[in-house]
Amino acid sequence: MLEVDIRLDFGAFSLQVRQGFAGSGVTAIFGRSGSGKSTLLRIIAGLEGRAAGRVAMDNAVWQDSGQLMPPERRGVGYVFQDTRLFPHLTVRGNLDFALTRARGLGGPGLEDVVQALDLGPLLARRTTALSGGEKQRVAIARALLTAPKILLMDEPLAALDDARKAEILPYLERLRDTGRVPILYVSHSMAEVTRLAQQIVVLSAGRVLRAGPAADLLADPDSVTLFGVREAGAILTARVAGQEADGLTRLDTSAGPLLLPRVDVPVGTALRIRIHAQDVILSRNRPEGLSALNILPATITALRFGDGPGAMVQLRAGNDLLLARITRRSAAALELAEGIPVFAILKSVAVAQADVGAATAENG
Amino acid sequence: MTVPDLGPLWLTLHLAGIVTAVLLVIGTPIAWWLAFTRSRLKPVVEALTALPLVLPPTVLGFYLLILFSPRSAVGGAWLDLTGTTLTFSFLGLVIGSVIYSLPFTVQPLQAAFEGLGRGPLESAAMLRAGPFDRFRSVVLPLSARGFLTASVLTFAHTLGEFGVVLMLGGNIPGRTKVISIAIYEHVETINYADAHILSAGLLVFSFLVLLLVYSVNRRFPVAVG
Amino acid sequence: MLRPLTLGIALCLATTTARADEALIAVAANFAGAVEAIGAQFTKDTGHTLLITTGSTGKLYAQIAEGAPFAVMLSADAKTPARIEAEGLGVAGSSFTYAIGQLSLYSSDPDRIGTDAKAALTAADTLFIAIANPDLAPYGIAAQEVMQALGVWDAVQPKIVMGENIGQAFSMVDTGAAQVGFVATSAIHENAGKGGHLDIPQDMFTPIRQDAVLLLPGADNPAAIAFMDYLKGDTAKAIAQTHGYGTE
Repeated sequence: MLEVDIRLDFGAFSLQVRQGFAGSGVTAIFGRSGSGKSTLLRIIAGLEGRAAGRVAMDNAVWQDSGQLMPPERRGVGYVFQDTRLFPHLTVRGNLDFALTRARGLGGPGLEDVVQALDLGPLLARRTTALSGGEKQRVAIARALLTAPKILLMDEPLAALDDARKAEILPYLERLRDTGRVPILYVSHSMAEVTRLAQQIVVLSAGRVLRAGPAADLLADPDSVTLFGVREAGAILTARVAGQEADGLTRLDTSAGPLLLPRVDVPVGTALRIRIHAQDVILSRNRPEGLSALNILPATITALRFGDGPGAMVQLRAGNDLLLARITRRSAAALELAEGIPVFAILKSVAVAQADVGAATAENG
Repeated sequence: MTVPDLGPLWLTLHLAGIVTAVLLVIGTPIAWWLAFTRSRLKPVVEALTALPLVLPPTVLGFYLLILFSPRSAVGGAWLDLTGTTLTFSFLGLVIGSVIYSLPFTVQPLQAAFEGLGRGPLESAAMLRAGPFDRFRSVVLPLSARGFLTASVLTFAHTLGEFGVVLMLGGNIPGRTKVISIAIYEHVETINYADAHILSAGLLVFSFLVLLLVYSVNRRFPVAVG
Repeated sequence: MLRPLTLGIALCLATTTARADEALIAVAANFAGAVEAIGAQFTKDTGHTLLITTGSTGKLYAQIAEGAPFAVMLSADAKTPARIEAEGLGVAGSSFTYAIGQLSLYSSDPDRIGTDAKAALTAADTLFIAIANPDLAPYGIAAQEVMQALGVWDAVQPKIVMGENIGQAFSMVDTGAAQVGFVATSAIHENAGKGGHLDIPQDMFTPIRQDAVLLLPGADNPAAIAFMDYLKGDTAKAIAQTHGYGTE
């Protein structure tokens, strides 16, 4: 468990955070540029000497009233946004750098990490000859080899294009699911957060606005302004039931069956699926003759109206909470209110590959 | 044509070598501080280290002569402590040359460290490397070019030093009679043949050293951001 | 009526411009102070002006050999003007001794020297004795001769430090870096009142003859020729003496 109670004033900017972070799984630190998330991460790592306050990890006090433990003694793994691989060493050299300084600390072996991140063919290469995605994988491997107590990742995918991001996300999911090390993941991308996070801490203008379990926060209509209305979307948990002949995958959710464009994983795999609020259509009656394949029965649990013509509806579909964004006019026309049963309609093709990720045992 | 006395040449090489070594040791922390400090004193220290660049060497030599004279507080204390003087001594020349060549060490190193930036250092710290470890395994390899430039410039600059030695040296063969003084004297006594031999020798030697050093330099990586 | 007047004025102007010439003079550094005074008086007496450059004898020779436009050279020795004449750089037969250098033993500490030069040189707390480099300056040769005459030359070898010229030897002593030194008496005259000194009798060393020579660029320069004559005159000699030089 990481406890942070710090304050940093830097010109016009002021960061003040008093927060505990879970000792396992991925905690996403979400916020816009300039909200202070990278600075918070650096303070936890011990890279910002000007911050005041207290930082403690389990039994180790890393910072307290003027005393600062230097970063090299904290056992913090850090993945920088710009990777910062050493140009004078090969990939193998970079990994060895970490390995030789973490001897006897019980960290992962070189073979395990190289295999987990598919670095085999890259070992002899100079770091300057790597692609962005390859560099980031090496950076992650290097951080893991330091046998860290906690892994800090500062927007590791921000500098990559969509194809590279899609390539690396599975590695991160595996890291989350198999690693024993908690991860703090800084990002301004809702897609990444929804895919990876078990806990979310929302930062704005140097303050924590909200913190809590990812599924709850994402499905909370009041949090929508934090993430942006267009980005609103909640998590649907599902299990792969079978692959159809026409290229669709059949999944079982707690609210009913789901059909999606081919998801290439074994039958029985647990998944978490991001359902964008604006892709959900609501109906009082089960519709017929629609092209949309997915019709899930649900109950309205909350309704929120903003200043504009929109309305955000929270629904319970089976065990999951979903969000649907419709117009105020429609909400009135359909006489929607808390407790009313409805059907949530979702186009299969509306769900992108990037929105489908591995579920964790705990909360999917 | 007889070969002129090469004693001054060896003495000069010896002086330049020692001065370069001393300056690498004391110049590196100064350059480091200048590269990374946020202190308000930075411009003051920068101006002080750059001062020998604009100061006429004879002026520096003259003030050092006064400072080291057994009559002054510093020179007198030295005499009491060690029984020798700093004036007219090889050690005095070393001190004078160290001050005179200081910017030639500090400035290239400072530029190299600034070019390096905090990035690689923070990266190394997060891999459990302490300060000396970081310096040895990251800073040195990535700023090798800067160290090379600093060493070469300092060495070459000390080789050609004249003004400071002129004031402070006393022209003692084997102790303070460096090659620039010897060449000067050959010219003064209209012994141009010997002057040519020593000058040409110095020129060729310096060029070969530079050539060797810059050839080796090509193998060093340039730090990428 | 106006015509004689204008004629007279014109004549005066003509003769004035004919008389006022300028000459570029190269002077050994140690004589710089004296030549300033002599030059000023020269201009008053003759109307000619002098542009004076000072430097070390060796450097001035090199410049003259490469065609520097000096009209006259006042050297710190007799050897260089002789060479200049022999090499055809100067007017044959024009060289003569314009001053005789005097030597003094000097210390910035007024109590060090007293009347016994030998004692001052060999004293245990005299760590360094400054002289001009004998290879470069006749004052240095003279200092060596004096110490040989006193029988201390071998004994004081470890203490000898050499300046590149007599002026530098002086600053070594003046700053106290060298406890004593052999300097030009003229230097002491210019720093009157400081330290202590002992003038060395002329018979202890080969006379330091400082010769002047008329250079080729000055062969037809009335100012240069006039100056060479002026130096032989009593006015110039008197000024040289007040600056610590002997004369023929």
